[in-house]
Amino acid sequence: MSAPTTIRRLLVANRGEIARRVLATCRRLGIETVAVHGDPDAGEPFVREADLAVPLGGAAAADSYLRGDAVIAAARAAGADAIHPGYGFLSEDAAFAAAVRDAGLRWVGPDPETIAAMGSKVRARDLMADAGVPVLPGARVADDATPQQLAEQAAGVGFPLLVKASAGGGGRGMRRVDEPGALVDAVTAARREAASAFGDGTVFLERYVLRPRHVEVQILGDAHGTISVLPERDCTVQRRHQKLVEESPAPALDGAVRASLADAARRAGQAIGYRGAGTVEFVLAGGDGALQEAFFLEVNTRLQVEHPVTELVTGLDLVELQLRIAEGEPLPPEALDPAPRGHAIEARIVAEDPAAGWRPQTGVVERFALAGASAFATAADGAAGGRTAMLRLDAAVEPGSVVSPHYDSMLAKAIVHAPTRDAALRRLADGLRRAEIVGPLTARDLLVRVLEHPDVAAVRHDTQWLDGAALEELARPLVVGEDLRAAAAAAALADDAARRGPSAPRAATLAPAGWRNVPAHPQRVAFDVAVGDASSLEAGGAPAGRDRSVASSGPEAGPDGEAGRAGADPGLVVEHRLDRDGALAALRVGGAPLDAELVAAGPGAVVLRVGRERVAHRFDVVVAADGTRWVRGLAGWAALRPRPRFADPDAADAAGSLTAPLPGVVLRVLAAVGDEVAAGQPLVVVEAMKMEHEIAAPAAGRIAELPVAAGEQVEAGRVLAVLDEA
Amino acid sequence: MTDPATAPRPTAIDPRSDAYATNRTAMLQRLAELEQVLDGVRAGGGEKYVARHHRRGKLLARERIELLLDPGSPFLELQPFIGHGSDFAVGGSVVVGIGLVEATLTLVVANDPTIRGGASNPFTLRKVLRANEIALENRLPVVSLVESGGADLPTQLDIFIPGGQMFRDLTRLSKAGIPTIAIVFGNSTAGGAYIPGMCDHTIFVDGGAKVFLGGPPLVKMATGEEADDEELGGARMHATVSGLADELARDEPDALRLGRAAVRRLNHRPQGPPPRVAASEVAPPVHDPEELLGIVSADLKVPFDLREVLARIVDGSRYDEFKPGYGTALSTGWAELWGRPIGVLANVRGVLFSEEAQKATQFIQLANRRDVPLLFLHNTTGFMVGRDYEQGGIIKHGAQFINAVSNSTVPHLGVVVGASYGAANYAMSGRAYAPRFLFSWPSALSSVMGPEQLAGVLSIVARQAAEAKGREFDEEQAAAIEKMVREKIAAEQVALATSGRGYDDGIIDPRDTRTVLGLALEACCQAPVAGTSSFGVFRP
Repeated sequence: MSAPTTIRRLLVANRGEIARRVLATCRRLGIETVAVHGDPDAGEPFVREADLAVPLGGAAAADSYLRGDAVIAAARAAGADAIHPGYGFLSEDAAFAAAVRDAGLRWVGPDPETIAAMGSKVRARDLMADAGVPVLPGARVADDATPQQLAEQAAGVGFPLLVKASAGGGGRGMRRVDEPGALVDAVTAARREAASAFGDGTVFLERYVLRPRHVEVQILGDAHGTISVLPERDCTVQRRHQKLVEESPAPALDGAVRASLADAARRAGQAIGYRGAGTVEFVLAGGDGALQEAFFLEVNTRLQVEHPVTELVTGLDLVELQLRIAEGEPLPPEALDPAPRGHAIEARIVAEDPAAGWRPQTGVVERFALAGASAFATAADGAAGGRTAMLRLDAAVEPGSVVSPHYDSMLAKAIVHAPTRDAALRRLADGLRRAEIVGPLTARDLLVRVLEHPDVAAVRHDTQWLDGAALEELARPLVVGEDLRAAAAAAALADDAARRGPSAPRAATLAPAGWRNVPAHPQRVAFDVAVGDASSLEAGGAPAGRDRSVASSGPEAGPDGEAGRAGADPGLVVEHRLDRDGALAALRVGGAPLDAELVAAGPGAVVLRVGRERVAHRFDVVVAADGTRWVRGLAGWAALRPRPRFADPDAADAAGSLTAPLPGVVLRVLAAVGDEVAAGQPLVVVEAMKMEHEIAAPAAGRIAELPVAAGEQVEAGRVLAVLDEA
Repeated sequence: MTDPATAPRPTAIDPRSDAYATNRTAMLQRLAELEQVLDGVRAGGGEKYVARHHRRGKLLARERIELLLDPGSPFLELQPFIGHGSDFAVGGSVVVGIGLVEATLTLVVANDPTIRGGASNPFTLRKVLRANEIALENRLPVVSLVESGGADLPTQLDIFIPGGQMFRDLTRLSKAGIPTIAIVFGNSTAGGAYIPGMCDHTIFVDGGAKVFLGGPPLVKMATGEEADDEELGGARMHATVSGLADELARDEPDALRLGRAAVRRLNHRPQGPPPRVAASEVAPPVHDPEELLGIVSADLKVPFDLREVLARIVDGSRYDEFKPGYGTALSTGWAELWGRPIGVLANVRGVLFSEEAQKATQFIQLANRRDVPLLFLHNTTGFMVGRDYEQGGIIKHGAQFINAVSNSTVPHLGVVVGASYGAANYAMSGRAYAPRFLFSWPSALSSVMGPEQLAGVLSIVARQAAEAKGREFDEEQAAAIEKMVREKIAAEQVALATSGRGYDDGIIDPRDTRTVLGLALEACCQAPVAGTSSFGVFRP
C-alpha cells in the first residue's frame, strides 16, 4: 500500500459512539459506510446510520466484535475496501490488521508490525528506552516464575509497584501491590484477568509512581516518514485506572516538561516508523512544587477515546487524517505540530453507579439530550479559540437505545471547547447538570462534582484521587437535602396534575385534586431516591436496587400505612393537601414541613416558590417507563421512584438472600452449604459487563443455600446464596 | 354543548361593599364554628383511643378510606354532623361518603372503631340506612370497612328492631345488581356478622377480623362449649373452613389492596346518561366562587338573589332563564353542571305566590319530559298568606307545585342556602320529598316558620284562648314564654340542628358547592335518569 488509493466504502469494525464518529467523517468526505454489529446492537443508531449493516451473529463481544474472520467476511460481503477498527476490540490486534491487509483490504491504522511491537508492553518499554525515552523501573515476569523469583524481581523494581498485563490496556489486568506479601495473589489475578480479556496472560512489574498524573501525546505519522506531534492531553481523572475526564492542553505543566514530552513522543514515533494516529502515554511524577518528571508508559496504536479534545484545540478531524494517511497522502500543513487554541475537556458519561463500586447500569435510554451541543462537531467550528464556549456530544445512544450488559457502559462523551480552562470547566459542568438523561443511572452527577471540584480547578488531583477519600463526597447525588425535598414535592404535585388527564374519571378531573369536604389526612406518597438499579432490564418487578432514602429530618411522618411495618425505612415521604383552589394547604416532606407555595403544576413541570424569600423554582418532571420520576431542579436531576401504595405480598425474598446484582456469569463459588462465614467474606464471584463482582456475606452466619455453580448464567435478582445470620 | 350565544350571567355583587364584608365575616364565623365541630369528628374517640388503635397496628377509619380511594381523587363525606345536639359523638361513629375506587364511583361506609369500639347508636343506624338508600337510588357499589362492636346496648331499643333494615338493604342492593363488598378489619359480631354475611364479596384481615354470632362467653352460656375467638370467628377460619371470607388479607393495607382489586373486577358500569360535555371542555364559573361567602345576608331578613349563587356554581356562569318575566320571586331555568344539563329552581325573593307555584309546576314537568335533573336552591319564607291569596287559590297552586315535585322522577339536588320555611320547604323538594342529595349552607334555617312568627302566633293563640275562657291574660308571663319559644325555634332551625338530626346530607362550605353538587350529580347519573309524564291529579 504505497500508491495513493482512494477509499470508497469503509467498514467500521466497532460500535457505539466511535462507530458513529467514523461514520460522521465518512459522510462528510463522501465515503460509503458499512456497520457490523452484535445482536443486541441491531437497533442502535450506528447500525442505522451506516449505508450497509452486517450482523456478526452473537451477543458477547467474543461472539461478534472480536471475531476478526467474521468482520473480514462482512467487509467482503458488503463490498468494503477498507476497515477502520475504532478503539478497543480488534483495534490493536496485529494479527487482525495483518489479516485485513492479506484480504486485500485497506487497514486504517498502523502496520501490524508496529501494533505487535507496541502491543507488548515489555517490548515497547525496551524500544523506548533504546530511543532515549525515559521509562520507569520495571521487570518482566516469566510465566513460570516462582514466588522467590517474583520477590526478587519486585525488590529490584521497588514498592509500591504495579502488576500490568503486557497485552493490556484500559486499566484491565492491572494490580497495585504495596508490600511483598500481596505480590503472588496480585500476579495470579492479573494473569487470569489478562488471559481472559486479551488472550495473553503475560504480565510485568513496574514501579508505581505515587500521586501521578497521566499525560499523553497524540502523534500522527504518514507514509512519507513525517511525524507530527499534537498538543498533549491530561487524563488524570481516572477511576480504577480508567479515564473519566480528559483535557487538552495539560494544565499546570512545566514548560520544559511540555517540550520534553513532545520531544519524547516524536522520538518514539520515529523510532518505530509510526504511521497513522497513535498516542504516547506518560506518567507525570511530581507536582505541588516538586520537580515534574515524565516517564514513558505505553504507546496506543489507535485513535483514543479522548481524541475529541485534541480535535477541538487543533481544529483537525483526526478520523479524516487517519483515512488520508491510510490512502497514502502526506500530512497536510495544518496537521503539522499545531499549537493548541483554547482549552478542551471531555467527560465520559458512563452508565455506572459510582457510589456502588461503579456498578454498571443497564436498561433502555428513554431520553438523552445535551442542550446546545453539536453532535460529532469536529474541525473548524467557529468557537475554536473564540470567545464563547461550545459543546460537542459524541453519543453512542439515542432515545430508545438499549444499554445491554454485553458491552462497555459508556453512553456518550460530552466535550467542551472554551477560551480558558476555567470557562471550559464551568460550561461543561453546567451542560451536564442540565443534560436530560432518563434511563439507566449514569455517573453524570459525579462528573459535575468533579468538574466543579477545587482540586481539579487547582490541578491538585492525581490518578488515584477519584479512588480515594474524595469519592465518597463526589459520588453523592447532586440533588440532596432541601433541593431533594423540593424535588420530591414537585414529583408528587406533577403526579396530581398527571392524574387529571383525559383518561381520568370525570369526578377526578372536575373536582379539585384530592378534594375533601372533611379533610383529615394528606395525600401521601413515599419515594425511594434511586441511586442505582441492579438491573432495570427486568421489566416490572426489578430486583431491589440500591436505593437510598433520605432520613427523616423531623418526627416520623404519621402512622398511616406504616403501622404494620414499624422500623422499616419509610422512604422519602411527601404528604400534601391542596385546597379547593389548588394551592398547597399542607406540605411535609421527609417528616418535616416544607415551606413552599405552588405557582403552577403540570404533569411535566412544577413551579414552586420555596422558602421564606419565595424564590420561584421550576422543576421539570419526566416519568420513565419504570415509573421513576426524574425531576430537574436548579441543583440537577433527582431520580425518585415512587413506592407502590401496597406492598406486593409475593415480592419478599427469603431473609438473608443474596441476589445477583446484574446479569452475568458465575465465575467462582467460594463457599459451600453449611460453611460458617464471616461478615464481608466473598461467597460468589459474578462476571458481568467485563468486570468481576464479588458477592460477600453481609453478616456473619452459616450458608443455608447456594443454588448456583461456576459457569452458570444468572439473571439479575437471582438468589445466589442464602445466609442464616449468626 | 352550552350554547355559546348564552353569555355568562352578569353579577351585581361588589366585593368591596360594606354589605359584602359584613356577610363574609358572618359566614366565616359560622364556618369556624363548624370547623370546630369537625375537629371533634376527626378526633374520633379521642387521643387516647386513637393512639391505642395505632399501637395495635390498625388504621383509622379515614386512613383506611385514603388507602381505598384512588390517589388524588375527591371524597364527599355525607352527614358528618349527624348526632350533633345529641348525647352521642358527632358523626354517628361511622364515616360515609362517595369517592372513586379504581375509577368507579363508590359509596364507602367505614366504622370508627375508636368511638366505643365502633358500636352503633341510633344515629349510626340512621346514617347507614341513608347510605344504603343513596347506593340503591344511584346504583353505587358499596364498600363497607367493618369494625364495630355491634349495637350500643343501652340504646338497643332504638336500634335493634329498625336495625334489621341494614341487612335487608344489603341483599336488596345485591338483588338490584349493585355490588356490595365488606372488608372486615376487626369485630363484626352478633348482628354485625350479617354485614359480611349479606355482602357479595368479603375480605377478612388475618389476625384482625372477628366474625361470629356468639363469642366464647355466650357460647359457654348457651351450650357449655368452650371455644376461642379464632375457632369461632377468626379470619383464617372463615377463609378456609366456613367459607364466609372470600379472601384473607395479611394486614390492613393488604385488605384495602384486595378491596381495590375486587372493585376493579366488578365490571360495574354507569346506567345514566353520558355527559354532554367532556370533562376537559367544561368551563368553570366566570365569577369567583370565593364570593359565595359574601352573598348571603348576615341577617336573612335582608333579601339576596340566589341567581348570584347560581352564577358561581354552574358551568361558565351560563344560565338560560325560563319565564323570567312571570312569577319573578322564583327563578327557573336551564344550565349545565360539570357538563351535565340541569334545571334550576332558585328563590329570588322569599315569598312564593300562585304565579311562582304555577311556573314551577310547568318547569318541573318540562324537566321530566327532557330527563333533566333538577337543582333546588332554597331561600324561602313560605307561601303567601292573606285574603287575596287564599281566595286566589294559593293552596291549589301550592298543591300543584308539591304534586309535581312529589311525582317527579328525575334526580333532585337541593341546597338550603338561607331560609326554608313552611310548605315552601316541601315544594322545594325538602327532605321529606326524597331529593337524591340535600345539602345545607352554614346559613341555612329550616323550620315550619320563622322564630318570631312562630312565637308571635303562639302568643296570639294563647291570648285568644284566654279571652275565650274569660281568663285574664298574663302579659308578663306571655312575653317570657314568647321569648323562650323564639329562642328555642331559633336554635332548632339552624343548619347544625337539622343536620345533626340527619335531615340533610351535610353542611357544606359555600365555596365547595360546585364540587359537592358536581359529585352528587355524577352519582345520580350512575343510575338511569328518566323523567315522567305521570303526576297526581292537578286541580285546575
